[in-house]
Amino acid sequence: MSTASTRRVIPIKLEKSAALDTHARGAVLSACQALKSLPGALLPILHAVQAALGFIPKGAVSVIADQLNLSIAEVHGVVTFYHYYRQSPPGKHVVHLCRAEACQAVGAVALEAHAKRTLGVDFHGTTEDGAISLEPVYCLGNCALGPSIMIDNRLVGRVTPQKFDTLMLSSRTP
Amino acid sequence: MNSASIKIFVPCDAAALSVGANETALAIATEAKRRNIPIQITRNGSRGLLWLEPLVEVQTTRGRMAYGPVQAADVADLFESGFLQGNTHILAQGLTAEIPYFKNQERLTYARVGLTDPLSLVDYKQHGGYKGLANALELSSAEIIKTITASGLRGRGGAAFPAGIKWNTVLGAPGEQKYIVCNADEGDSGTFSDRMLMEGDPFVLIEGMTIAGIATGASQGYIYLRWEYPEAKLALDAAIALAYSNGYLGQSIAGSKFHFDLEVRLGAGAYICGEETSLLESLEGKRGQVRFKPPLPAITGLFGKPTVINNAITLASVPIILDRGADYYQHFGMGRSRGTLPLQLTGNIKRGGLIEKAFGLTLREVLYDFGGGSLSGKPIRAVQVGGPLGAYLPESQFDTPLDYEAFAQIKGMLGHGGIVVFDDSVDMAAQARYAMEFCAIESCGKCTPCRIGSTRGVEVIDRLVTGENAVQQEVLLRDLCETLTQGSLCALGGLTPYPVLSALNHFHEDFTKVALGAALTR
Repeated sequence: MSTASTRRVIPIKLEKSAALDTHARGAVLSACQALKSLPGALLPILHAVQAALGFIPKGAVSVIADQLNLSIAEVHGVVTFYHYYRQSPPGKHVVHLCRAEACQAVGAVALEAHAKRTLGVDFHGTTEDGAISLEPVYCLGNCALGPSIMIDNRLVGRVTPQKFDTLMLSSRTP
Repeated sequence: MNSASIKIFVPCDAAALSVGANETALAIATEAKRRNIPIQITRNGSRGLLWLEPLVEVQTTRGRMAYGPVQAADVADLFESGFLQGNTHILAQGLTAEIPYFKNQERLTYARVGLTDPLSLVDYKQHGGYKGLANALELSSAEIIKTITASGLRGRGGAAFPAGIKWNTVLGAPGEQKYIVCNADEGDSGTFSDRMLMEGDPFVLIEGMTIAGIATGASQGYIYLRWEYPEAKLALDAAIALAYSNGYLGQSIAGSKFHFDLEVRLGAGAYICGEETSLLESLEGKRGQVRFKPPLPAITGLFGKPTVINNAITLASVPIILDRGADYYQHFGMGRSRGTLPLQLTGNIKRGGLIEKAFGLTLREVLYDFGGGSLSGKPIRAVQVGGPLGAYLPESQFDTPLDYEAFAQIKGMLGHGGIVVFDDSVDMAAQARYAMEFCAIESCGKCTPCRIGSTRGVEVIDRLVTGENAVQQEVLLRDLCETLTQGSLCALGGLTPYPVLSALNHFHEDFTKVALGAALTR
């Protein structure tokens, strides 16, 4: 039998980089306050955090876990399960490029190669100037007008490599 | 706007927006103002003639005249040629209702899509909206479900389970709290019918879910929508708000004793959440991992309560069944596939779009009569029906009727009605490899054959195409497919072998051409 004096509690040490700054902490807490009474609140909260901050910072996980009375592992598990949630800050614009079959049938494979080459990044990467993050997506529901990409929330169809270059240029223009 | 102004329709559907509909609408407004012509622009849903988007329609005394595809740069020229009077132009398509692609359809579920203003409740009711609900309120729960069962309506998400039986199970399940969940996580490549419906006629889905709630005793509904559909989210949120403020959601629906609340929840980019039990896990705020069945969601569903979970098109087909009757609906179709299916013709096709038609049309009719052949002009070599888990069909199978049972017989599936066309430049070994890769990316990780077998499948196909021990590799690949089929809980692992084996069986030459080339040059 262990007694109170011999029981050892191992404190959870947060990684140093995981500490949230005041702004981020405020955004996470206000998302939790607004949404935590919903049944199944975790996904709506994560969406709200990502909408406010552009990603889910590491330090947000323990705060959300605490607010929802979940374990850190449960929240981390959800954040990492879903492709849409980012754990690193995005570039100024996020470009989702469709890799699915209907777009493949009209040149998506070549468009993907072109995008990676001209942006100088692989999927999940951000261009050196911080302007564009490139992400794969599996269907944007624009299958009769492919190849399709989504720039932030804007869907664009019939994207040729030339059209892609024009779109990237205008995304970079302030 | 005064009544003398000319009515113009420019779609607000995401597909139309993707090719410049907003810019076109703005150009029309600007040009009309410059010429001092009073016009009224309605942002309608899409007619589904997607190769003509942006499809602009002008209301004339003869009917709605179509022009398309209209880019902003074409607008000044259209005004010049008198398109406001329905005059001819190089982009003129005649009366929309007379365009063969549209005229030859049977629009039941999509009767209003493209015709009306999606966010006008007045428009909705003028075109038959909420008649189904009015009839449902006159019936008992059991009578509503009897009507749905008699209509022959089966789940349009892919599994084709009879909707009436599912509803009846929920009705009979004990419980104070029950749920209606709409599966709008339309992840299959080659499909967009849910999106087009939600953006073009959101009230019909709300009405269908409300009827489902009344029939089964559920007071709360959720629409689980994928994040990739931001325009659908806006349309649904706005329509739900209007339904609440007009007494069609909330307490005492349309003056009755019934209560129904409805909310949209966003997914986060997981294909597996289109599987019903994963979707329920996700709605509960968890990782979208597949559940064991039984217990069925109808008995132990969302938060452990009895739950109707149906695809968006299934639920949106309910109002017309309650409005026109079970006999009317089940009169369409063939065999055990009753009613209509919205087909989505996509990929390398000249005239891509949405075709709502009674079951029984052949694939060849869809590809050539509606679709007009490939977009590239090259011969069509392979067609994938039913999404990323559907079989690749060669030309010899193009005469298969579009019917659930006929497709099952050729080891394929109709799924959610997506048809993806490939011309003769396609490499079918690459498509088979992609099917395995997709399974590896999207596996929820619960079943070993799906989680690990998919990665091994990519490797085996890579070795097979290099010709290294090709005979053994093919045996291994077939054995792996057998393991996936038999050893997976859900359709992702269980059906990934469909595209892989159909590619291997019907397009075997694509798996051996590298090896053959090497042997010839040796």
